[in-house]
Amino acid sequence: MTALVSRNAWSLGLIGLLLVLVAMTKIIQPDFGLSGLESLSRAALPFAFATAGMAVVVIVGGIDLSVASMMAVCSVTAAVLMPSLGGVAGVLLVLAIGAAMGAINGALIVLTRVPDIVVTLAMLFVWEGTALLILETPGGGVPGWLRQGIGGYFVIPGLPKALLLIAVIVAVIWIPLRRSKSGLAIYATGSHENAAFRSGVVVGRTRVLAYGICGLFCAFGGLSLVSLTGIGEPVPGPYLLASVAAVVLGGVVLGGGRGGLLGPIIAVFVLRIIRTILTLAGVDPNVTTIVEGTVMVAVVMLATVVTYRRVRV
Amino acid sequence: MLTDNTSQPLLDAANVTKSFGAVHALTNASLRVGVGEIVALMGANGAGKSTFVKILTGALHPDGGEVIIKGKAAHVGSPAEARASGLVPVYQEPSLVPDLSVFDNLRLTDTPVEAFIDFVEKLGIENLSLNAMISALPLATLRILDLARALASKPDVLLLDEMTAALPTDLVERVLSVVREAADAGCGVVYISHRFAEISAICDTATVLRDGKTVGELKIEPGVEDRVVELMLGAKIDLGQREVGKESRIRTVTPRLSVNGITAAPKLKDVSFDLYPGEVLGVVALEGQGQDELFEVLAGFEKPSDGSIEVDGEPVTFSHPADAIAKGLTLVPGDRADALMAERSVRENIALPFSASIRNWGPLRQRHEKSRVAHAIERLQIDTRAQGEVQRLSGGNQQKVTIGRWLAKGVETLLLFDPTRGIDVRTKRQIYPLVRELAEQGAAVLFYTSELEEVPLACDRAVVIFNGHVVDVIDASKADEQTLMRAAYGLSKTESAA
Amino acid sequence: MSMVSEERNPVQLGRYLRDNPVVPLIALLFFLIAVLEFMKPGMIIPLRGGRDGLVSIFWVGNLIKFAIPLAMLAACQVLTMLTAGIDLSAGVVATVSAFVCATLSPLIGIQLAMLIALGAGGMVGLVNGVGSGVVRVHPLIMTLGTGLIATGCLQVYQRFVISTGTEIPQMLVWLGTGRTLGLPNGLFLFVPFALVILWIMRFSGFGRLLFALGSNENAASLSGVRSWQVLVALYTLSGLIAALAGLLYLGMIRAPSLSLANPLLLPSVAAAVIGGTSIFGGRGSFAGAIVGALILRVIDTMLTLLQMPQGARILIFGLIILTVTGIYERIIRQG
Repeated sequence: MTALVSRNAWSLGLIGLLLVLVAMTKIIQPDFGLSGLESLSRAALPFAFATAGMAVVVIVGGIDLSVASMMAVCSVTAAVLMPSLGGVAGVLLVLAIGAAMGAINGALIVLTRVPDIVVTLAMLFVWEGTALLILETPGGGVPGWLRQGIGGYFVIPGLPKALLLIAVIVAVIWIPLRRSKSGLAIYATGSHENAAFRSGVVVGRTRVLAYGICGLFCAFGGLSLVSLTGIGEPVPGPYLLASVAAVVLGGVVLGGGRGGLLGPIIAVFVLRIIRTILTLAGVDPNVTTIVEGTVMVAVVMLATVVTYRRVRV
Repeated sequence: MLTDNTSQPLLDAANVTKSFGAVHALTNASLRVGVGEIVALMGANGAGKSTFVKILTGALHPDGGEVIIKGKAAHVGSPAEARASGLVPVYQEPSLVPDLSVFDNLRLTDTPVEAFIDFVEKLGIENLSLNAMISALPLATLRILDLARALASKPDVLLLDEMTAALPTDLVERVLSVVREAADAGCGVVYISHRFAEISAICDTATVLRDGKTVGELKIEPGVEDRVVELMLGAKIDLGQREVGKESRIRTVTPRLSVNGITAAPKLKDVSFDLYPGEVLGVVALEGQGQDELFEVLAGFEKPSDGSIEVDGEPVTFSHPADAIAKGLTLVPGDRADALMAERSVRENIALPFSASIRNWGPLRQRHEKSRVAHAIERLQIDTRAQGEVQRLSGGNQQKVTIGRWLAKGVETLLLFDPTRGIDVRTKRQIYPLVRELAEQGAAVLFYTSELEEVPLACDRAVVIFNGHVVDVIDASKADEQTLMRAAYGLSKTESAA
Repeated sequence: MSMVSEERNPVQLGRYLRDNPVVPLIALLFFLIAVLEFMKPGMIIPLRGGRDGLVSIFWVGNLIKFAIPLAMLAACQVLTMLTAGIDLSAGVVATVSAFVCATLSPLIGIQLAMLIALGAGGMVGLVNGVGSGVVRVHPLIMTLGTGLIATGCLQVYQRFVISTGTEIPQMLVWLGTGRTLGLPNGLFLFVPFALVILWIMRFSGFGRLLFALGSNENAASLSGVRSWQVLVALYTLSGLIAALAGLLYLGMIRAPSLSLANPLLLPSVAAAVIGGTSIFGGRGSFAGAIVGALILRVIDTMLTLLQMPQGARILIFGLIILTVTGIYERIIRQG
């Protein structure tokens, strides 16, 4: 019970931090309002999906360095196929491709027994190359409804569609999984592989499943990328480090077994709003990149120190 | 208490064999457990107990022989299948997932919750919340929960592997009575423990393993202890004689190493002893009595939670093995794999400490290094035919390399943790005189061994550790195996600890 | 591979390759060169194309010239991989160093500019070392992060020097583009550099500790090695090497940009892996990495001849890393 509260306390704390940051934004720029929140949510979309995917593999005790590359593959596939294939079929196909790529990563890790970090580093390049082969320069296009689908508000003004999309998609995939035996197996594997194995968990299959889910989230990330820009972009964006930072800031312990998806997604907004604040404060966008990078590295370092201490006790 | 011999046994493992490369871990192990029977599985360290347990629970495949559960050959490929076939193990390390709640752990194994709660209450754990995180519960509670989970799944055979180790006495009593109750209800139990008190309290028979073979099945009755000890020891291999007249006489007033009330989680509690220059002090203990923690503390890997260490009369604290080495305390760990760079050469392995300090990062002192290494190799008679990679050497030669590292550096206080585990007799015979010789030259040696017959061969005195405490100090002249074995099992006190 | 006799069983073959990676690698290099000559007759042997000469010195010189900066960055990977680490900031560090040197030279003079460029590389490396050695963040994440931050810093820096123009030190141009007896002048820098690296790995206490940390960190600390000291020194050294490689590359390309040496990162990892360095630590050879760099240059030329798009190259390099480490892992488990 106390553990449950403390886990929620982490997310609650993050929400508090987020509110403070929003208030700061408002002070710096009194004009900041609903439209500001709307564009913030829209910009956060790909980050949120990359983070959700990364969170799942970190929970199972691994890491996937190829998230940004998988998103690039999905984005260019969507941009190339959709004009001819149509929207719905295109979306479904891209989602299937994403899940397949993730599952390939997982299967390679399980079968070759090469450490996850090495396999996914190699796959980072393999998927990046694949994306470039599909589309050498930014191009292609997506149906208009997809572009409009992520902008603006849903029913009531003040509820950005992008925010709703994140909430609905993550909830629809994650909540049933979390409740199921497979979800339990994911947590068990990440927490203590041997105890999980002795309790009858099929560890290899669980791992492939987790990487597959990660790929699926990356597909959503790729789709949101094309929807944001309207074209496919083959060069992977800066989502890897950002997702790792958001995952650890969101209370998921590197090494696995602990945390959920809510915390990391709130953490994405925390990290994004820092950028907004710096921009509104008139800071050079390049300096903003430096600050952002430093914050992310600092977050990961801090998380590592905390994890280390926990292990040694 | 009577076993029904007419009915088929619940568990029948016959003629099980298992080898790892050239090492024959099990040559002919058998175990039968009938309905309602509690069988103690016993054996000294290295008898093959843990390999046998792994085969019974499906973690390892036997090379030969069969494991039959309830008359069906159990082709267990994994712990999950062993569970399904009716055998449920409970280990010293609970198989509960730390970051899940109690309830989720039950869900993971499809354990009925009500039956689980019944057993938890019977075992005397009160106010347990099913939502509690496993990682937030104390180890003793976890063992109980693991046992309750196993019992709740209504196993045909329950395997308890040292699960009472380090449990408080009242809990042990409850565990024993609940296990007895389960057996009376028809469950078969394999009970593994180092404690005779527990075994005579609940077991019906004892099956004794030695050198990978089942050497006896005894009914538990008063006085059976001596018979069990005798069976566990068996006929010995001749390990040679201690050379007479090679007693070290260097005894100063100040001990080289003085350990005062050292306590270290989880198992070591308030241990004190002195080690003098010129002395080989044996440490006698069954597996997991706190000796691992003791050596880790002395070598600087771990900080004790209480107590102090003095070297040559001066108090010291270590925060890194480098600190211990600076004070002359050098460790040869129990697992050679921990100490060796498997794919590097003999020379590099022996010379590693030479480069450790930042002052020695520059050019290697080739000539100095070569002569030191050659000297150590010669003194230890290391077979250097495959010296390009340490992993290609035999186990005995690998062990010599780990000792040679400190010979080359210069020995002051040598901490030897079971240096003869799993190596050939010839090498063993070389190691005892070497240890004596080092002591004779003024070194102090702390020598833990899992093989009791080594104590009179190498040591001057031996401290006996049981359950984290020093329970006895025995002089080498009186340290015959029977005495040591009884002391190690906490059976008798020959004299009060010095 | 065709040049090793067939009757060796795979384990022995694997062990042989593991112990002596350079010999079969050189054979592979010549095999690939032969294939290249077959693909475009006369490219390497001018006689066949109706021109003079048995071996095109020009072609060989070009091959070596472009392999040098790659091999230098591969040294960063070899050294860090010995400890089971990696330096993904090497590409960015080389770029930073080149850009800083080119832009500062007109302002403060060549020597000082080069010194500051090297210092910047050392700083990034120091941060990497503290992060991975003291805080114990995985080096992959750590170096990736510092790489991103360094890129950001470079972009900010660029705004301050945008008006000053650039100057490329003559010495670097001479090293980067000049030739002596048909061979690139870069060798004047590279040969001593390679000797120093080989010396560190074989004959210094520091080098021995690199192997020790990667082979068995527990054994190292048991022997009194404080790993953090080694790692901090190692990543700082790696940063300095990357910066030096960046300077040479600047002289070669003569057009500083904000992503000058970044594309060399992936091939540098691949060159180290091909050269027999284990990404899991404890085993590595710089000589192998040099041959690995040459092999990659030849493969690159082939891919260019085949008009392979950039994507295919990245994909192939990724697959090379995956396959080689996969095979290596298999050999370890069998041996």
